[in-house]
Amino acid sequence: MGILDFLRRKPEPSAGVARERLRIIVAQERSTRGGPDYLPLLRNELLEVIRKYVNVDVEAVNISLDRDSGHEVLELSVALPDIKPAAP
Amino acid sequence: MTEIIVVTSGKGGVGKTTTSASLATGLAMSGKKVAVIDFDVGLRNLDLIMGCERRVVYDFVNVVHSEATLKQALIKDKRHENLHVLAASQTRDKDALTLEGVEKVLDELTKEGFDFVVCDSPAGIEKGAHLAMYFADHAVVVVNPEVSSVRDSDRILGLLASKTRHAERGDTPVKQHLLLTRYNPVRVEAGEMLSVKDVEDILGIPVVGVIPESENVLAASNAGVPVILDDNSNAGHAYKDTVARILGEERPLRFTEVQKKGFLKRVFGG
Repeated sequence: MGILDFLRRKPEPSAGVARERLRIIVAQERSTRGGPDYLPLLRNELLEVIRKYVNVDVEAVNISLDRDSGHEVLELSVALPDIKPAAP
Repeated sequence: MTEIIVVTSGKGGVGKTTTSASLATGLAMSGKKVAVIDFDVGLRNLDLIMGCERRVVYDFVNVVHSEATLKQALIKDKRHENLHVLAASQTRDKDALTLEGVEKVLDELTKEGFDFVVCDSPAGIEKGAHLAMYFADHAVVVVNPEVSSVRDSDRILGLLASKTRHAERGDTPVKQHLLLTRYNPVRVEAGEMLSVKDVEDILGIPVVGVIPESENVLAASNAGVPVILDDNSNAGHAYKDTVARILGEERPLRFTEVQKKGFLKRVFGG
């Protein structure tokens, strides 16, 4: 570092910000690791069962797994198709 | 007993191939019989870094598909006779490798009495990266002190603990070695770059080595000589220390502190 470098303005230290952001995202990603591998499979099987009774779209079944203070909550929502008026 | 080491990272451009070349060369310099395999099918590069690109006749995919024997495809290093390179195919697509095919080649290398097989993984977490890590006993996870690289390494550490033969069989886990590359102590001291300790704390494992950012790395790749052979470069010495630690030796970290400069250098720069 010479005189010129000394006169130039120094950038804000940003390593601390990087460290905190990484701590949070890494902890979050580790907590969901390993769990939801079966979710796509579960979704497809549920879709098959529902389709026996109602003609629903592939995108109509939504599954999510949330962790909430010690419990795991499996949320399942199915959008049923609109009931069309009888054809004339 | 042949030990299989995967060099992996998730993120591209962090120094996997540079590390594979130097690690393989360093192990060979310690008298071990070593093969280094390029798993990046379609984007062959290890041959360039090892300086043997003009001697590639048959490649890894040819051996997997029994179009050539392992002996025909292994390129003997010009500098160390116990070091061999198996190049990736430049023309095939990544589906050319299969789990069975890779296993066949690794079994044959074991029968040939190799001490170490270094697998240079492609970037990403797709098939090529999976195949490179699947049979590994050791993993060198290359990470830069930078947010996206650190996050990707954590993902790779998770895969090593679940998607490898050791994990599936419930054997001892793959031995994980974290290698921090492109480290710049001046920027760390200025608070602009994550420190060794930051990266170790976030990922929860100690580093096996720290390779300082060095212009010699580019010079070495330009020349096709692994940087570990450059005795005038700190990066080369740091790789030598890393290889010794992987072989079980204890060595203190070097080049992680700012070098104090003399008065003239401080005034005039340089």
